[in-house]
Amino acid sequence: MKDTPHLKVENLSYRYEPEAPLALDRVSLSIPRGQFCAVLGHNGSGKSTLAKLLNGLYLPTEGSVFISGMDTRDDSKIWDIRRTAGMVFQNPDNQLVATRVYDDVAFGLENIGVPTEEMPPRIDTALQMTGMTDFKERAPHLLSGGQKQRVAIAGILAMHPEALILDESTAMLDPQGRKEVLQTVQRLNREQGITVVWITHFMEEAATAQRVVVMDHGRIAMDGSPREIFSQVDHLRALRLDVPPMTRLAHMLQERGVDIAQSILTVDDMVREVKRLCPSCLNR
Amino acid sequence: MLRDITLGQYYPGDSPIHRLDPRAKIILTFLFIILVFLVPSLWFYIPIALYLVLAISLSKLPLRMMLRSLKPMRILLIITFVLNLFFGTGSRELLRLGPIVIWQEGLLQALVFSFRLVFLVTGSSILTLTTAPVTLTDGLERLASPLKIIKFPAHEMAMMMTIALRFIPTLIEEADKIMKAQTARGADFETGNLLARARAMIPLLVPLFISAFRRAGDLAMAMEARCYRGGEGRTRLHKLQYTRRDLIAFLSMALMYAIILLPRFIF
Repeated sequence: MKDTPHLKVENLSYRYEPEAPLALDRVSLSIPRGQFCAVLGHNGSGKSTLAKLLNGLYLPTEGSVFISGMDTRDDSKIWDIRRTAGMVFQNPDNQLVATRVYDDVAFGLENIGVPTEEMPPRIDTALQMTGMTDFKERAPHLLSGGQKQRVAIAGILAMHPEALILDESTAMLDPQGRKEVLQTVQRLNREQGITVVWITHFMEEAATAQRVVVMDHGRIAMDGSPREIFSQVDHLRALRLDVPPMTRLAHMLQERGVDIAQSILTVDDMVREVKRLCPSCLNR
Repeated sequence: MLRDITLGQYYPGDSPIHRLDPRAKIILTFLFIILVFLVPSLWFYIPIALYLVLAISLSKLPLRMMLRSLKPMRILLIITFVLNLFFGTGSRELLRLGPIVIWQEGLLQALVFSFRLVFLVTGSSILTLTTAPVTLTDGLERLASPLKIIKFPAHEMAMMMTIALRFIPTLIEEADKIMKAQTARGADFETGNLLARARAMIPLLVPLFISAFRRAGDLAMAMEARCYRGGEGRTRLHKLQYTRRDLIAFLSMALMYAIILLPRFIF
């Protein structure tokens, strides 16, 4: 099991209606266990469609999707697949079912038939892992967007998933909520070894991933480490994508003849690079 | 102000009545309603009143909560009383004011009907005041589940009620937001006659409905992603279990039935 990729997509095509254009066009992708993989792309690039194919909400028109070796077209495995690859959606309001946080986390467990006695410890652990323990008695509509998304994540964690798919789950949040959710998911990836597919259009978020896949017109346009991807500023621009601000600054400096590294992603990288180029500049 | 909207009239607490099994409370409320209709004469309202007073004091509900539940009923109550008083006929005249005659039977009838209304409302308020809406839904689902044999969608009904309870505050918030956005652009929701105001609601209702449908679609997909597949094979976080407390409640109700019904058979 260790060597087989955790999520595997083979020659996957998908169209919404029989005559519609392909939303996904022969995509192949394999994500190893424990990887934090960001999927980037502008609107209509097929990234959300890919997400919904990854846990059997949509079924492939052609090609196939395997989650831990299970084919999503296998009817008998579909609930195992959805339990294994949990999904967090974009709108934090539209995925919580119960009127109390604690009961909402229990929803998935009730669905997969976990015995009543086993539920409380699993719910408590899930709430603790997402830092929502103090809110367990609250009504969902009284939480902030970031907190709602963390409840949604807790609801999935309680089902003991192996992978998390986040379909633009930070798009509707404020910067604080975005940070909360990203940090929560990063910690789960690091500490629990959960495979993460992080679909987003925020470059700063993708920059923190281990791997970045860029989608365009239903195909994979680029695939590599964040440094590899973001150093190709012109290619990204052609795909109507922006680059992180510090990378853009480095690119502009380079165009003006400054001998600066191309692989800058964060402010810290920039500080380090500026210190290297001009040791006296930052030591006032 | 819309943020802390409370649904229904649940008054949180931890009294013996609060802790009764919701199924028991629903059944007892129905039994109580039937009991009130079985009362043969005014005198028999005394034990019923005592029973209600006992239930209210056990539930530790503040008296003003009970009175508040009667408040919307006051006009109906007055009409009931007055109609029965003036239009009832009988054999013993109590008072004559010109053409209007008040008969003793009319007075008794008016009192019986008014008390009946008060007791019905108070009795059912105890249920809604001491039971959280979700618990109530749970109880209804469990009570209705034998009807699954005749294809009654007990689980689906309960799930719908839970989702409604979850989304009512969200939709109210959204309506408020749309209203403010429209007001900012010059919409007027407050002036004009009833028709004009109803028309002004159209630009509010259309986006609200569209968004409600979108939410429903999103939620359905999220529920499916969380392995929801109907009531079949589903376990529950909250198990309902009858306890001795419920037995005592049922016995007390049986005693009330004995008090009300036995005299009929004896005399």
